[in-house]
Amino acid sequence: MDEEWVDGPVVRPYWVTGGRTADDRDDLDLVAVVRATGVGPPAKLLMGPEHEDILAFCATAPSVVEVASQFDLALGVVRVLLGDLLDHGLIVAHTPAPVARFPNERILKEVIDGLHAL
Amino acid sequence: MDSMRSDGATDIGMDAVMAVKILVAGGFGVGKTTLVGAVSEIRPLRTEEALTEKSIGVDDTSGVEGKTTTTVAMDFGRITLRTGLSLYLFGTPGQDRFWFMWDELAQGALGAVVLVDTRRLGDCFASIDYFERRGLPFIVGVNCFEGAQVYDTEDVRIALDLDDDVPIVVCDVRERESAKQALITLVEHVLLTTRPAATVGSAL
Ligand SMILES: Nc1nc2c(ncn2[C@@H]2O[C@H](COP(=O)(O)OP(=O)(O)OP(=O)(O)O)[C@@H](O)[C@H]2O)c(=O)[nH]1
Ligand SMILES: [Mg+2]
Repeated sequence: MDEEWVDGPVVRPYWVTGGRTADDRDDLDLVAVVRATGVGPPAKLLMGPEHEDILAFCATAPSVVEVASQFDLALGVVRVLLGDLLDHGLIVAHTPAPVARFPNERILKEVIDGLHAL
Repeated sequence: MDSMRSDGATDIGMDAVMAVKILVAGGFGVGKTTLVGAVSEIRPLRTEEALTEKSIGVDDTSGVEGKTTTTVAMDFGRITLRTGLSLYLFGTPGQDRFWFMWDELAQGALGAVVLVDTRRLGDCFASIDYFERRGLPFIVGVNCFEGAQVYDTEDVRIALDLDDDVPIVVCDVRERESAKQALITLVEHVLLTTRPAATVGSAL
């Protein structure tokens, strides 16, 4: 969205987060699905336009990477903003079971069949 | 799919959501973006790299308490195999200085396709070392570039010092079928190497 970020001062991506970084947001895996709960934001919450846009997009239950890509925001920035929405109960996050951790023959075969069918 | 998730998803329903993460690695210009694009819509993804001291003092970093970052661009693609089962492809950043990103990408990944250009074999050494060290299953895709000498895959195996069980496929990832085949080869390789573990897992 804001193309200037690429060439701007390095800290500018964090301007929208008020300088906060995502160090303590390890609950938001790259492929975690974030979904709007439909709960309206509390009146006292100061949401920036990025929060509002992301919240609206979360109605489609995207993954964290998709939110970052959709709004062309760096992953760390998106994690902070999603973390705000999470903290206020406006979204829920769900980390899908990584197939790699439970290598299940049936699922791997399903992946193979799915790729063949593409 | 979306409507199902937004109105009907119960916690149990969300628990059934599974993600398969596959990394596409290899040296500069070897065809990572092309592979992702051949099978999926390519989407840009940005992340940040921590900067070293050398840039501090040049930029005003007071707002982020010394956390200075620069942006790294990479590709990702998503293929929905069915409701609740998605395949995510990540093209890993080629430059060595972006190793920090690999750890996050490799976490929970099923495996990797390492693309190789036979004119510049050495470019993939770092990727192969990384996946071997992490114990992440990978296959090697030998991309056929015009003007490149055609090698026997066993010569490539020797040149890369690959274990006998690492599959090597010759591909042209500009072709969708070829790109698909590389991914299928990887998943079949994982299936083969994890079969004993899978039996144990199902008994738990
Ligand atoms: N002949 C041939 N050309 C290919 C093949 N795969 C990719 N190319 C071409 O090689 C060039 C580089 O491909 P990219 O997909 O951009 O490579 P990359 O690995 O994403 O490159 P970086 O992101 O810059 O590291 C493009 O012009 C592709 O069309 C292949 O299998 N055969
Ligand atoms: Mg590329």
